[in-house]
Amino acid sequence: MPYRAARKEAVVAVAARRRGFSAAARENLAGWLFVAPVVVILSLFMLLPILMALWVSVTDWNGQGSPFKSSVPFVGTENYTRLFTEDGLTRQDFMTSLRNNVYYVLIVVPCQTLLALGLAMIVNNRLLRGKSFFRAAFFFPSVTSSVAISVVFLFVFANSGAVNNLLSVFGIDGPQWFSDSRGTLHLLLSGVGLVDLDAPPTALLESGPFGLSWWDWLSGPSVAMTTIIMLVIWTTSGTFMLMFLAALQDIPVTLEEAAKLDGAGNKGVFRYVTLPMLKPTLFLVLTLGLISTWQVFDQIYVMSQGNPAKTTLTPAFLSYQTAFRSFEYGSGTAISFVLFAIIVVLTLIQRWVMRDRKV
Amino acid sequence: MTRDTTGGRTFASTFVGYCVLIFFALVFLYPFVIQIGNSFKTESDAAANPLSPFPDPVSTGGYERVFLGTDLPLWLGNSIVITIVVTLGRLLLDSMAGYALARLRFRGRAGLFSAILAIMAVPGVVLFIPKFLVLNQIGIYNSYTALVLPVIADAAGVFIMKQFFESIPVSVEEAARIDGAGVFRTFWSVVLPMARPALITLMIISFQGTWNEFPHSLVAVQDPALFTLPRGLADLVSGSLGVGTQYPLKLGAALLATIPVAVIFVVFQRYFVRGANEGSDKG
Repeated sequence: MPYRAARKEAVVAVAARRRGFSAAARENLAGWLFVAPVVVILSLFMLLPILMALWVSVTDWNGQGSPFKSSVPFVGTENYTRLFTEDGLTRQDFMTSLRNNVYYVLIVVPCQTLLALGLAMIVNNRLLRGKSFFRAAFFFPSVTSSVAISVVFLFVFANSGAVNNLLSVFGIDGPQWFSDSRGTLHLLLSGVGLVDLDAPPTALLESGPFGLSWWDWLSGPSVAMTTIIMLVIWTTSGTFMLMFLAALQDIPVTLEEAAKLDGAGNKGVFRYVTLPMLKPTLFLVLTLGLISTWQVFDQIYVMSQGNPAKTTLTPAFLSYQTAFRSFEYGSGTAISFVLFAIIVVLTLIQRWVMRDRKV
Repeated sequence: MTRDTTGGRTFASTFVGYCVLIFFALVFLYPFVIQIGNSFKTESDAAANPLSPFPDPVSTGGYERVFLGTDLPLWLGNSIVITIVVTLGRLLLDSMAGYALARLRFRGRAGLFSAILAIMAVPGVVLFIPKFLVLNQIGIYNSYTALVLPVIADAAGVFIMKQFFESIPVSVEEAARIDGAGVFRTFWSVVLPMARPALITLMIISFQGTWNEFPHSLVAVQDPALFTLPRGLADLVSGSLGVGTQYPLKLGAALLATIPVAVIFVVFQRYFVRGANEGSDKG
């Protein structure tokens, strides 16, 4: 425990000064005094919570009284195994939330990265006027409140809202965005005539891993989820654009000019000069994207609460719901830790994949 | 000949570039225009012409109801107080810790810094229930203390300040020390004044982060009198209003939650940019 160490150090240092000890001992004491408030707060509200939660995740605590009382039932790893091996509603909800989040990540991360890179390349153009205006315009959504912006999107995508209004100008009948639980991959497959939505292939319906049929796994994000996807791409691209922009401005102009003199075209310069120089930033943006997309919560809470038909349920929201709405704190905490593990593993995998790849 | 086609190509690509930029500027800003316009509409006008930014007739009914018929003034007050306290707290505590980690030689410094880096990597979303557990256990759940204390210091802020202090020359401080100033005195009257740019960046990040913070208030309090603006807003939207969609009211309330950050953004834009890029130093 850093805190106990801090106290010990402090006591030693005070003693040292009393005996007229060196400036080094005084600096030691000062150092610990300076960091003490931060150490106490981070220990109390970051480390301690995790340790307490580890305990709660192996109990059936219902939120009444202290989770450390002997009357709280100890259930071992049951809260975890129920998520993976026991057939039931808990596993079904958890797997549904994983599916939803996987589709969400698969669309949001590439889209926001490409959009951010594209915008940064255009804004970085040396001949461009009004550069700072455009930069500010693209960045502004990133700094606003996620709750406030979700309210705006609720209005924009309402049944008779701005988006459907705009679509009707082009003769398109927009969907009822927030109540449409149909999967977009299902819609796509039926659109090209591969499957019939009312009578899905029985082979896909009858089996599937982890209590969800193959048909359910292959749904794609629901129409309702796509609104949240659009919202998030829209709010995050600006921040990532700034990161790309900073990296682009760090590339020496002489390097690109040299490549051009050597006969490289615009595409060649981008492929062999710009992109390799952007590799660290690209890695950072992808990693930050992967980490944050697994944490989507505010938008879900405000816009859909996991509805319709649980197609916008994510592990983050499910863990909140399980703990604070169903009062199954053990189960909710277990979901948090699985989510934690997913984020850690993804970060490690990506680090490993990007380690020696030439972009 | 070659020169002409190059010139033509440059002109064409500039033109296309501007078109793309203007298109995306509209995509990124028009929702806010719609929000402002519709917050001044009557409910039926907002339902009939959602795309138009011009209210017809202009109505402040939404704002009247949001101020007189909801607890929004209270939430606004809570948000202001909490944001100010947390921001000031972070400025002081994060810079003290950042300074110690950058300059003072104390035992365990390297280990502490690694711990702070590790804490920065913990995804906030997995801490919802854990934080509630601790607040509940130590008996401050559902209080102002619960809204302020857990967030009054943050690892990222410590990191930013440490990076900054390492970037300024140590000679000035040494001069102060030789003149006999103590560590705190040196920090307070010599180091902090030099740290103005970093402090402003940290202030902006803290203000924006605390003002917009939603999940923490969700797990820290349940009494509507303790709601912050985002929490109250989420409550309004999820149906505490009763009849009708009441979009002008909701959009107006959301606008009030956006304005302070928007003002700060316009005034301190370059610090926002710097703040966003601090993230890239971590990688």
